[in-house]
Amino acid sequence: MDTPLPARPRLPIRARLATTVGGAAATVSKLAGRDGSVISGIIGLRLEPDLLSLLAAGRQVVLVTGTNGKTTTTRLITAALSATGQKVASNVYGANMEAGLTSALSKEQDALLAVLETDEKYIPSMIKATQPKVVVLLNLSRDQMDRAAEIWMLARRWREALAASDCLVVANADDPLIAWAASAGRSVSWVGAGQRWREDSWCCPECGAHLARNGDDWSCRECGNQRPAVRWQLEGDKVIDPAGRVQPLDLALPGRANASNAVVALAVAEAFGVDADAALAQMRGVTSVAGRYTQVQRHGTEIRLLLAKNPAGWLEALDVMVPAPVPVLLAVNAQVPDGRDTSWLWDVDYRRLRDRPVLVGGERRMDLAVRLEADDVPFQLADGIDQAIELARSPRLEVLANYTAFQQYRAILGRTQ
Amino acid sequence: MTPVTPATNYRPLRLTWIYPDLLSTYGDRGNLLILERRARLRGMPVDVIEVNSDQRVPADGDIYLMGGGEDLPQTLATHRLRADGGLHEAVRRGAVLFAVCAGYQMLGTEFGGADGQPLPGLGLLDIRSGRGERRGVGEILADVDPELGVPRLTGFENHQGVTELGPGARPLAQVVAGVGNGNGTEGAYAGRVLGTYLHGPALVRNPGLADLLLTWALGQQLPPLPPQAEELAQRLRAERLAAVPASQ
Repeated sequence: MDTPLPARPRLPIRARLATTVGGAAATVSKLAGRDGSVISGIIGLRLEPDLLSLLAAGRQVVLVTGTNGKTTTTRLITAALSATGQKVASNVYGANMEAGLTSALSKEQDALLAVLETDEKYIPSMIKATQPKVVVLLNLSRDQMDRAAEIWMLARRWREALAASDCLVVANADDPLIAWAASAGRSVSWVGAGQRWREDSWCCPECGAHLARNGDDWSCRECGNQRPAVRWQLEGDKVIDPAGRVQPLDLALPGRANASNAVVALAVAEAFGVDADAALAQMRGVTSVAGRYTQVQRHGTEIRLLLAKNPAGWLEALDVMVPAPVPVLLAVNAQVPDGRDTSWLWDVDYRRLRDRPVLVGGERRMDLAVRLEADDVPFQLADGIDQAIELARSPRLEVLANYTAFQQYRAILGRTQ
Repeated sequence: MTPVTPATNYRPLRLTWIYPDLLSTYGDRGNLLILERRARLRGMPVDVIEVNSDQRVPADGDIYLMGGGEDLPQTLATHRLRADGGLHEAVRRGAVLFAVCAGYQMLGTEFGGADGQPLPGLGLLDIRSGRGERRGVGEILADVDPELGVPRLTGFENHQGVTELGPGARPLAQVVAGVGNGNGTEGAYAGRVLGTYLHGPALVRNPGLADLLLTWALGQQLPPLPPQAEELAQRLRAERLAAVPASQ
């Protein structure tokens, strides 16, 4: 950006106290070996309930939400916006509710830009609190249904919140539910970011009729609702920009889903005056996001860790895997952060794993075992990452795990680095 | 193992999944896959028919499956099934109908709409549902009506419905842990129509219930499966039964 942003207004005294006390708590918490990414926000908000609004005032805020890809897209947008030369605040570790957003802004008080991953349910209240310049809507699909809101309901709440805001909405036109939610916004930059998982969008969000689909295009024969014309288009591993120029993304991050996230990030960068070349140059430097896609060595095996938490995420992750015969370890837990309900395992098609060694781990491995049996996928049960390595007997191992299973493996693998 | 004799002579078993485009919330496909697997393991040929909401419901299926859904899809699906009539005809013919969660509520004479207002159901089972005070979310255990000869149910429920049974329906089970219908009972059945609040892949942990549906459809007892074909399902079942403390 050419012109520097105006300096932020000074915080009122109570808010300053709230950030100081909160920040001190985060330091203590970190010294005690705990993750300090939320604690300062929790304490700060207790002292000053409007702290997030006060901290957001005078900044240009981007909120990023959707079922999958929030953390990675937030990281990519943050990288792209660094091309402005401005400091960018961000909740890089994925603490995406009010306290997490507050902590992120509190830590970077002089950053005039902020890119904030936001939990789907909190979008309406976070729009009110932060008055964002841009709201990014990625995708919506079934996810942790024991604690998350139902997705049509969520889309309806987003519509109401966006209709009352003057933000720019950057949204994926290829996801009918996202398109319906985003169309309530006053101005929308549409992105053709593709849609791999379609099991939650066969029907029109407006009237419920079965949608006509042709490739990524969709339309409703009954109410006329249709895919909006897009400004940015993902085409394989290339992007078509608003001027019609085609260029390769060349990301370090693997997979279609990340290419999709990157094109969305380019549309956000455009709103900040950052052109695609400058944004891509920064985004290509992103190699790992909060431990995802990390490669580690253990007992002579090269291990790559993939995190996905729901059927749409697993589908995309299975696409990303190094092809057979490299063995795969699938791991599932059902702790509170994962969702206590493992039903979603039945929404994923595993048949493509029939031609490679498959290991099954995690606290709920029996659920996964019965699922694979139904798809005629041979597998072995593995109690922990080391047994999986032993059973795999391969120089490489691809690991796909849901949230707490991923964290457990990371904790073990981290010690060998 | 000897295949079931009629299956080699008769047409394939027709498993019909109603409206996967509208009523498929969380693993509902599991019920289809388990029925298909348990039929095939016994040598029965199977045809799987997925009927989307813009298609006619064929009346000549053997087992019909209905999954869960949010309030709006539940209402839309009910309208369409009433207008279509194919499912009603199939049930009159004596087809088996198995419905979970939102699908279970739809079977009744009435269920609660998006704003809690009563809406007319399909009238295929003598039950009436409405919205309860709180959401029942978590593991559920229930002891099945001894008439049915099915062992204790284990599953996951996630609903805010309460369901009352009329004289024309019997409770499927008595709740041991969890919420179920909200009055100590869980699910309901009459004839070959059976519904439950165990959501998603309810038959996965309850192979006995899957076999009951297959038995109803074939009109005769099924040969048992070889133990190795059941081993994983039984281990999962035992693990889940042990994980949930019975509250009564």
